[in-house]
Amino acid sequence: MQTTMRQQMVETLEDILLQDERAVIVLAEISYSLFHKQRPEVRERLFNLGIMEQSMISVAAGFALEGFIPCVHSITPFLVERPFEQLKDDFCYQQLSGKFISTGASYDYSEEGMTHQGSGDVHILRSLPGMQIVVPGTPSEFDALFRASYANGANTYFRLSLAQNPFDTSTQFGKLAVVRRGTQATIIAVGPTLAPTLAAVEGMDVTVLYCATVAPFDGETLRAADQSSNIILVEPYYEGVLAQDICAAMQHTPMRLESIGVPHRILPNYGAPEEHDADIGLTPQGIRRRIERFLGK
Amino acid sequence: MTSARDHLEPLLLELLGDEKHDSSSYSTLDVLWVLYDRVMRYDARNPRSEERDRFVLSKGHGPVAYYAILADKGFFPHSELKKFMRWNGILGAHPDRNQVPGVEISTGSLGHGLPMAVGMALALRLKKSDRRVFALIGDGECNEGSIWEAILLAGNRQLSNLTCIAINNHSSSLELGDLAAKFAAFGWAAISIDGRDHTQIYDALMHVDETRPTAIVAEIE
Repeated sequence: MQTTMRQQMVETLEDILLQDERAVIVLAEISYSLFHKQRPEVRERLFNLGIMEQSMISVAAGFALEGFIPCVHSITPFLVERPFEQLKDDFCYQQLSGKFISTGASYDYSEEGMTHQGSGDVHILRSLPGMQIVVPGTPSEFDALFRASYANGANTYFRLSLAQNPFDTSTQFGKLAVVRRGTQATIIAVGPTLAPTLAAVEGMDVTVLYCATVAPFDGETLRAADQSSNIILVEPYYEGVLAQDICAAMQHTPMRLESIGVPHRILPNYGAPEEHDADIGLTPQGIRRRIERFLGK
Repeated sequence: MTSARDHLEPLLLELLGDEKHDSSSYSTLDVLWVLYDRVMRYDARNPRSEERDRFVLSKGHGPVAYYAILADKGFFPHSELKKFMRWNGILGAHPDRNQVPGVEISTGSLGHGLPMAVGMALALRLKKSDRRVFALIGDGECNEGSIWEAILLAGNRQLSNLTCIAINNHSSSLELGDLAAKFAAFGWAAISIDGRDHTQIYDALMHVDETRPTAIVAEIE
């Protein structure tokens, strides 16, 4: 059975606890049962606070003040939206560093309704100065990107999802990866949208860039790779978050931009995540239709 | 007028412009004076020393007495006081840890400092440090849900290295009832004292319970 990003998170964090005594894990119940408390380093440095997400962030900041590197985890809305002011004041304003790992991306918890959806996380976190945002496409990409940025002194958000690409893509923290080259358009696929995007553009003469680090955004690679000034953005959260960064990167070049992602509206249906994908067009067929329309085909 | 007020009066008079927070500022004066004059271990020339006790002004509001005491104890020059809330000053109407030597946490939005102090106390215990964490909250701040999250958590974790001073100057619109009893119900060693009486303040601050965090409700008329 395929490893999930969440399972990989447990493995990665437990390994880091073993290697670095500055590491602590701070939880508010979510995923507590997945950790191996019989291991002494886990027992000593995993703090499950109970269901108090605001204090989860503040307590983690207290650890950061004392020189620890807190790794904080919960379901997306309870990590990002409920304690947003704690992220802003207790980490960003204080100029402290923490690592924040969500589970349940966009409508992964589709059966649970809107309270458990998290399509707005990347959009609102982009408003925090210095907040780094990583959207891995596979469990092993999470592992590599987490290890690469874990001790970098910044605040970093890792967006874990049920959806994952069936292949790893060689990607460095903070860099776009050129997956294929073409001349008619440049497509930026974020995290787990890479696989459906590659399926969508089969036979098309387009460049595909893979983006696993949303912030800081690698505008330099985009500028160097683009030959068409037709930019298409495919994101697994509310559409258009990277539009501002793309405009900034391409500011001296007239361009056209198409944003494909989760539409900015309430999604009232339950069902499976794949049904939401089909409903909003985040499928190979849906993405291809949008690209063809944009390119006038 | 207390001796602390007499001693600090020249410094307090420099800090003009935040009179709307006067009652908040002066309600903390005696507790902070005793804390910095006789209880806390610190080196004003090395304010981030690992060997210091930590103080968190959780409520953030009305830091005038706090600034006067930090200046008096040598954390920064008295000349900074004149620049209170000015463009080129380091002293804002809420304290900033990255600008003011001796300030542990930047506060201002209510309900953040005490939960962060709980994190610091947990971290110090993990480091096997015997240093103490003091956090000062206001009775108005006790309206915030995050304060009660932190009180629940500290009691549950038996954080004996944490002391919370609740300044009760009756600023809360909601009637809070017996605050000390509420802390006690959450597993704290709690006491109510006269927030102007230096002997009571000193005795309460020096008390450390072996298995519980300590709450001092300082009543201010």
